[in-house]
Amino acid sequence: MKFGILVNEGPYQHEAADTAYHFTKAALDKGHEIFRVFFYHDGVNNGTRLTSPPQDDRNITTRWTALAEEHDLDLVVCVAAAQRRGIVDAGEAKRNGKDADNIAPGFRISGLGQLIEAGIEADRLMVFGD
Amino acid sequence: MSDENFDEEEEYTGGVIKKFMYVNRRAPYGSVYALESLEVVLVGAAFDQDVSVVFADDGVFQLKKGQDTSEVEMKNFSPTYRALEMYDVEKLYVEKESLEARGLTEEDLVVPVEVMTNSEIGKLMEQQDVVLSF
Repeated sequence: MKFGILVNEGPYQHEAADTAYHFTKAALDKGHEIFRVFFYHDGVNNGTRLTSPPQDDRNITTRWTALAEEHDLDLVVCVAAAQRRGIVDAGEAKRNGKDADNIAPGFRISGLGQLIEAGIEADRLMVFGD
Repeated sequence: MSDENFDEEEEYTGGVIKKFMYVNRRAPYGSVYALESLEVVLVGAAFDQDVSVVFADDGVFQLKKGQDTSEVEMKNFSPTYRALEMYDVEKLYVEKESLEARGLTEEDLVVPVEVMTNSEIGKLMEQQDVVLSF
């Protein structure tokens, strides 16, 4: 089956951020396809490479990056939600006059149309959040 | 509502039409969910899908007339619901039980809606291809 994944909650704050990852990994392990993982609302905070949890805790961001590298996943962070919360790539930093970017490897910033497209193209769009 | 974020969207030309339902369950200003849900609905409208929008629980407050946000320094985005019609988003459903529990009637809302019971909305939900809950 082809899944779309929507992550609506931030890392460490809400279990949905973990569950989305575990679901995605389990689906891939079972041979399913992941059309796209879309990060919205506070979910965009999963995509900052500045995340530095204690060493005995999971690193939610690098976990996504590793999974994306292994399976060629499309990890998309919503541009509008990201701008509000200060998640920026080099292009966005330049466009908005910021002195740094913080997007993690494997993530890209794009528009909400990517979420709608995932809803259209996937057999199931799984929503993780309240 | 700024539309600067919509300019980069490309019109979807895949020809597939699915039933999309957006379920709004939160009060308009306690969190950003309501506003960001509205942004998805507006962007999604460009994709020519079969769209329904449901307001339930505290989400019914999103449509309440007479919102004044001047003291909380947040934008009153309730007028945007009236613009949904121009985007061909015309199926707006409000849960009857949620309205009644909050002492509201259709007359209190900024747009014409269809009031449905919880079980009617449930049946409608079963027919959807994609359900996005905010």
